[in-house]
Amino acid sequence: MTDGRVAIEATGLCKSFGSVDVLTGVDLAVERGTLLALLGQNGAGKTTFVRILTTLLRPDRGRGAVNGYDVVRQANDVRASIGLTGQNTAVDKLLTGRENLVMMGRLCDLGPAGARRRAEQLLEQFELVDAADRQVKTYSGGMRRRLDLSISLITAPPVLFLDEPTTGLDPRSRLTMWDTIRALLGGGTTVLLTTQYLEEADRLADQVAVLDGGRIVAQGTPNELKRKVGTDRAELSFADEAAFDRAGELLRDENVRGDRQQATLSIPMHDVKQLKCVLDRMESGGVEVTGLAVTKPTLDDVLLAVIGRPATRSAGQEERTA
Amino acid sequence: MTEMTAVATGGTRHRSGLRTALRDSAVLSGRSIRHIVRNPEQAMVVVFLPIMLLVLFRYLFGGAIQTGAGGYVNYLIAGIMVISVAFNATTTTVGVCTDMLEGIVERFRSMPMVSTAVLTAHVVAAVVRNLISMTVIVLVGLLIGFRPAASPAGWAAAVGLMVLFVAAISWLAVIFGLLADSPEGATGLSLIIVFVPYASSAFVPPGTMPTALRLIVENQPVTPVIDAVRGLLLDQPIGNAGWLAVAWWGGILLIAVPLAGFLFRRRTGR
Repeated sequence: MTDGRVAIEATGLCKSFGSVDVLTGVDLAVERGTLLALLGQNGAGKTTFVRILTTLLRPDRGRGAVNGYDVVRQANDVRASIGLTGQNTAVDKLLTGRENLVMMGRLCDLGPAGARRRAEQLLEQFELVDAADRQVKTYSGGMRRRLDLSISLITAPPVLFLDEPTTGLDPRSRLTMWDTIRALLGGGTTVLLTTQYLEEADRLADQVAVLDGGRIVAQGTPNELKRKVGTDRAELSFADEAAFDRAGELLRDENVRGDRQQATLSIPMHDVKQLKCVLDRMESGGVEVTGLAVTKPTLDDVLLAVIGRPATRSAGQEERTA
Repeated sequence: MTEMTAVATGGTRHRSGLRTALRDSAVLSGRSIRHIVRNPEQAMVVVFLPIMLLVLFRYLFGGAIQTGAGGYVNYLIAGIMVISVAFNATTTTVGVCTDMLEGIVERFRSMPMVSTAVLTAHVVAAVVRNLISMTVIVLVGLLIGFRPAASPAGWAAAVGLMVLFVAAISWLAVIFGLLADSPEGATGLSLIIVFVPYASSAFVPPGTMPTALRLIVENQPVTPVIDAVRGLLLDQPIGNAGWLAVAWWGGILLIAVPLAGFLFRRRTGR
């Protein structure tokens, strides 16, 4: 890799399972110290992509590099540079939280004393001190996920892969996880995150990339992508259906969408002046506007626009690709 | 040139492969050995099953089976040891299968370590479990009439042979664990290992059997292990049973270890 500012780089990555082409040429680069959220439908190949970059799977063609190391030829150097939190919590349920951390630390070459010290730090950082000597099978889902993430951080790796780290977590645990991820970003860690929750991508990501049909079909900052697919919309509410119908008449020339039962109209809004103009027309036409809201396009709209289908799934569902 | 290399490898340690493999195996053996204590079902198989088998066979069949001088319990001990090795193998098969299905092997593979060490660790734990089982069998045996006559050298040879047998059986159990798709499937496959010792000289001398069965029993690889261990413990001549057992199980071990490594890579790779 020539550019030292890029921590994760994929060039023309291809992978097929039998006759199923999962990745058909993925190009992607993640800058150091930033978070890229990889979005896509179930089965789009997000997990396959993560597995290739974490050396768990060999690409058929193309090349992947992490922290400057080739994922095939320098797999061990890549492994020493990364942390991985996958969809399945990869902890030993029969061991205690502390035993898990010490074991993983020793496997990461920290030595017995070093592994114990690091375990202590991480237990404290992830608020697991009270549960440290309990078997992991007694932990709640959120605690297991915290332990799992803390194991990924044992060597304080410069690059972190998080494959749906908050799937199945309750809202409070999710917020805690987000705070942790933000703190890691603040410390200079590079993160590649896959998620089913668009809100998560919106809150955390510097860059969002959408994987569909085996390729990256859109990439940019969340705001760039949103601007591409749509404009802000003004949503006007009315007292009744009669008022709604009259407003519809008055705004015939605008590109309005309406919901007669709710008596609301939504109008694409390019600037504030336009909003004033619309309200003036309502007033001069004698239609009372009972409510007004301005909505911005969401990443849902982005996904709908670039892959033609909404990508959100219910929380429990998991992606199965490999 | 040197500067480039320094940049490319900067910050990572390149450790010798063998040392890493030994260290990782030791750390993960610690994990698998802890599982013996943490898992009540394992304690059941390790301690109580051998006791029940020993007492059951001793008193259920002991009156009916004639095995020559010294009493049936003396004949039985080696057979019960081998049968309990087979039962303990089930634990290994299910343990390996479970590890493969849960995320933990993925995690090991994403770390700068020798991930096949997880298989070695399962075998080391199996040896520990079986040493516990054998100790229990000998102690309970002594209570119900077992009278060993072995010299220290005889004991050492018997234990050494059993450890070789346990290691080989455990690697076979690892292979079944790598082949199984589910813990249920793993249990089913390990029944193969559990069954084979029954068609041996474990409970009755082959001389009493019909010719066809006798030929199978006398020529299958478990029988020389039982005959050699029995002879060593009772300080009786063992003929070529010892060398036959070493050849069989040494050979199986030499095939099973690389095969397990191959299956591990095939299952996790691509």
